[in-house]
Amino acid sequence: MRSPNSQQAVLADDWRNAGFGLYVHWPFCQAKCPYCDFNSHVAREIDHSAWVRAYLSELTRVASETQNRVLNTIYFGGGTPSLMNPDTTGAIIDTAKSLWRVANDLEITLEANPGSVEAGRFAGFHDAGVNRVSLGVQALNDPDLRRLGRIHTAQDAQTALGIARNCFDRVSFDLIYGRQDQTLAGWKAELKQALTLSSDHISLYQLTIEDGTAFADRFARGGLTGLPSEDLGADMYQATLDICADHDLAAYEVSNFANPGSESRHNLIYWRYGDYVGIGPGAHGRVTIDANRYATECISAPDKWLAAVNTDITELPRQMLSPQEQANEFLMMGLRLSKGLDPARYLALGGRELDRDKVKYLCDLGMLTFQNNNICATTQGRLVLNAVIRELLAG
Amino acid sequence: MTDLSHIRNFSIVAHIDHGKSTLADRLIQETGTVKDRDMQAQMLDTMDIERERGITIKANTVRIEYTADNGHAYILNLIDTPGHVDFAYEVSRSMRAVEGSLLVVDSSQGVEAQTLANVYQAIDANHDIVPILNKIDLPASDCDRVAEQIEDVIGIDATGAIRVSAKTGQGIHETLEAIVHELPPPVGDRDAPLKAMLVDSWYDSYLGVIVLVRVMDGVLKKGDRVRMMSNDSLHLIERIGVFRPAMEKVDELGPGEIGFLTASIKQVRDTKVGDTITSERGGASTPLPGFAPSQPVVFCGLFPVDSAEFEDLREAISKLALNDASFSYEMETSAALGFGFRCGFLGLLHLEVIRDRIEREYDIDLITTAPSVIYHVHMRDGTVNDLHNPADMPDLTFVDHMEEPRIKATILVPDEYLGDVLKLCQDRRGIQMDLTYAGARAMVVYDLPLNEVVFDFYDRLKSVTKGYASFDYHLTEYRQDNLVKLSVLVNEEPVDALSMMVHRDRAEARGRAMVEKLKDLIPRHMFKIPIQAAIGGKVIARETLSAMRKDVTAKCYGGDMTRKKKLLEKQKKGKKKMREFGKVSIPQEAFISALKLDG
Ligand SMILES: Nc1nc2c(ncn2[C@@H]2O[C@H](COP(=O)(O)OP(=O)(O)OP(=O)(O)O)[C@@H](O)[C@H]2O)c(=O)[nH]1
Ligand SMILES: C[S@@+](CC[C@H](N)C(=O)[O-])C[C@H]1O[C@@H](n2cnc3c(N)ncnc32)[C@H](O)[C@@H]1O
Ligand code: SF4
Ligand SMILES: [Mg+2]
Repeated sequence: MRSPNSQQAVLADDWRNAGFGLYVHWPFCQAKCPYCDFNSHVAREIDHSAWVRAYLSELTRVASETQNRVLNTIYFGGGTPSLMNPDTTGAIIDTAKSLWRVANDLEITLEANPGSVEAGRFAGFHDAGVNRVSLGVQALNDPDLRRLGRIHTAQDAQTALGIARNCFDRVSFDLIYGRQDQTLAGWKAELKQALTLSSDHISLYQLTIEDGTAFADRFARGGLTGLPSEDLGADMYQATLDICADHDLAAYEVSNFANPGSESRHNLIYWRYGDYVGIGPGAHGRVTIDANRYATECISAPDKWLAAVNTDITELPRQMLSPQEQANEFLMMGLRLSKGLDPARYLALGGRELDRDKVKYLCDLGMLTFQNNNICATTQGRLVLNAVIRELLAG
Repeated sequence: MTDLSHIRNFSIVAHIDHGKSTLADRLIQETGTVKDRDMQAQMLDTMDIERERGITIKANTVRIEYTADNGHAYILNLIDTPGHVDFAYEVSRSMRAVEGSLLVVDSSQGVEAQTLANVYQAIDANHDIVPILNKIDLPASDCDRVAEQIEDVIGIDATGAIRVSAKTGQGIHETLEAIVHELPPPVGDRDAPLKAMLVDSWYDSYLGVIVLVRVMDGVLKKGDRVRMMSNDSLHLIERIGVFRPAMEKVDELGPGEIGFLTASIKQVRDTKVGDTITSERGGASTPLPGFAPSQPVVFCGLFPVDSAEFEDLREAISKLALNDASFSYEMETSAALGFGFRCGFLGLLHLEVIRDRIEREYDIDLITTAPSVIYHVHMRDGTVNDLHNPADMPDLTFVDHMEEPRIKATILVPDEYLGDVLKLCQDRRGIQMDLTYAGARAMVVYDLPLNEVVFDFYDRLKSVTKGYASFDYHLTEYRQDNLVKLSVLVNEEPVDALSMMVHRDRAEARGRAMVEKLKDLIPRHMFKIPIQAAIGGKVIARETLSAMRKDVTAKCYGGDMTRKKKLLEKQKKGKKKMREFGKVSIPQEAFISALKLDG
């Protein structure tokens, strides 16, 4: 039996298994994409100086709670953070470096929209300290980009990729597949073309109809036709795995592919269930304080958030996560990784073993493998990962 | 004490929805029994389920006082009855307590199946009948045509039929006058030994069992010691009263009067409807003719979706049964569903009402197994067993033959839908017995097996006739036929909740329909699932539900964690609304939906 004190000690240190990151949310875009449920808004005017002050003040606040840590990663997400002033980015990076000790290989990623990439600004981001860019290319042909409501062309995307590559060693881009009327052959060809453009990392997402989006409305009214059936979706995913494998890009996560060593280290913190602080409207965090892990979330409306910074209550009430909740989150995120998870950590977090019978059952079905103290989803299991997780979720 | 000649007792009978309860409202209102501000529509329909569905389920008695145009004051006891065929028993026993009936016919609809059924009952009970043409405010009302129909189809004089709008109150005064002048007063002897008929009884959480009685002879008083003649049990009368419609105490009930008594009776089951109540000493020597209690005709299993709720279900069922003697239950265990109850009902509506009440008032999710009727199983050794549950079907090698209950069904339908109705009855193994016309409406009489009618016949009839057909039935006899047990196997495991008795000739079609339905109703799993229908060991229909191929969240980052986890947890909870058979989760709705035929 473990005594309560040692249990606490385990929890206090659990995040160290995955590291510590900073997420900065920039909530503005040039146009709202109809499929997007991110906290992103189109603003007429942005008072950049007010936003810089707000971010810096928030940085100080979250840093005061997470002292004596080494910061591994910073991620500027959105929205479209490539619309930030590079100076703003620079100020945030500099301040972060002054508030925490940072890793030698500190990874600093910025999300960019091909419609808002200019060579001059990209050089500015580089100078500000950004060392990795993730570009939302989404599709390689103009009719599909239009149907996705994107403001850029395929050519714009190629140009943006070129500019990004000139400025940064590490460039990734996103594609969305399973689009309206897309065929399996069409996607295979497009993906192969994409891989000629990519270097060492790519994110490939199947289009999801998210609640509350314009696509969801259209879908509910029967408008959004030609979306893939479950079978076609499965075939597309399988083809995606096969083609990426042929190009030596490992599927290290459900939708993320990289040469070994080029994975997004920031995102790995999420999937390995590390700690991260989140600042900016709607930003979430997972922070261990005094051996308790908290889920944090900021006010999501940009103007309300900005106003709240001055009164120092940008956060919604924090949720303290129970051991079981932590174990469940660890499980849900960890099974997304091809490396899988260590059941000993699940036990340490939740104080209960992962249900052995269920694991065995899922192994027998060919959904999981359990070897060398490691549980991971097979390809078949990953295709139905939600069902696998539902079986295993405890509570 | 009221002179017998100043009492009138009557029931209000009609086809469903023809306006009985609304008419009762107007009679109550016109006589000032209830103040205007306390009135509400169909005020006698007090159960939630009655108000929600807009139908009457329990008969209700009200005493009203009316001073007629001739200057005399009368006491009128009215009984509002239900129209739905499942509750026909309420009508028949109510009629035993009164001397006359108001036969309400919706003048925009005309004579319907329960109009006929009720008239025949009223005639059997020797009632004087006052026909009422209701809803004359509706544009579609056609009193002359309907009066003619009453004369043609039913054969009673409708020249004096009163034209009423229970909605506007038109014709209510005439109705009251007709009650006084056209219905007979009760007869009875105040000085003879007490004879009171036990008409109904129910449980009240404050007063215990309340007994509705009709005094025939003698007088019933508080403090009297009485004897129930069926079992010689003795009781001290604690309270006597009448319904106005709230309970109101009275000192005594004399001959011809209707009211209630309480006597520290613990359970409704300790009272027997139709029983005769007499005085302990100097009582009557021969009881009243009495009448048979109602018999459940439809049986099914009720199981909690969450097996941990079995005790709650036991409590809910026993409470409901306290108040509803026509509902029977006993414990049942099923290999797949665990503990539950085998319950008997008067019909499908009755089943639905009870199930609804358990789910709503007691918050228990239920799995309802395939409804069944009672079969007679004649064994090789000459014994005969009642079979209420297909799961109890004995080994065929011991069975000589089986009999099933048959009904006589009367259906009234506009001519243009007749073809569809005949086809429906034919498909359900019906034998046509009669076909006559009343104007543009056909009246068909069919001999049908009850098991083909029990489940969704009424729904189907309504849908093929766009709601224009009406239907009434009663049991006739048991008849031998070629019946087999159809079992359903999901992932090779038998699901006894879905097994049913069917005619051999219909087994393939039913089996096929069931497995096809189940294939749509069961969600895809991580593995493929064979779904089979079988008779004995022989599979007669098979479908395969293919394995789930894709269910994975494409994007899941730090900001999504909370939401995505909640979603998965919610879906997992949703799974708890299902029952596991082997490794297969079958949703609660599937059990009922799989049994429905023809879409
Ligand atoms: N227009 C009109 N509607 C009426 C009249 N009488 C009753 N209704 C309506 O007809 C419907 C059925 O009335 P109820 O009084 O509940 O009928 P019921 O015969 O008691 O029905 P069951 O008890 O279910 O058999 C209700 O919507 C009433 O409002 C009437 O005279 N005119
Ligand atoms: C915050 S956006 C990235 C940057 C930038 N805002 C843009 O759209 O170019 C993150 C990525 O998520 C993916 N994404 C967003 N909504 C999606 C949806 N409904 N279904 C699938 N992928 C989606 C897109 O590939 C998008 O590039
Ligand atoms: S640009 Fe990106 S964040 Fe903005 S609306 Fe489109 S998908 Fe969403
Ligand atoms: Mg009624």
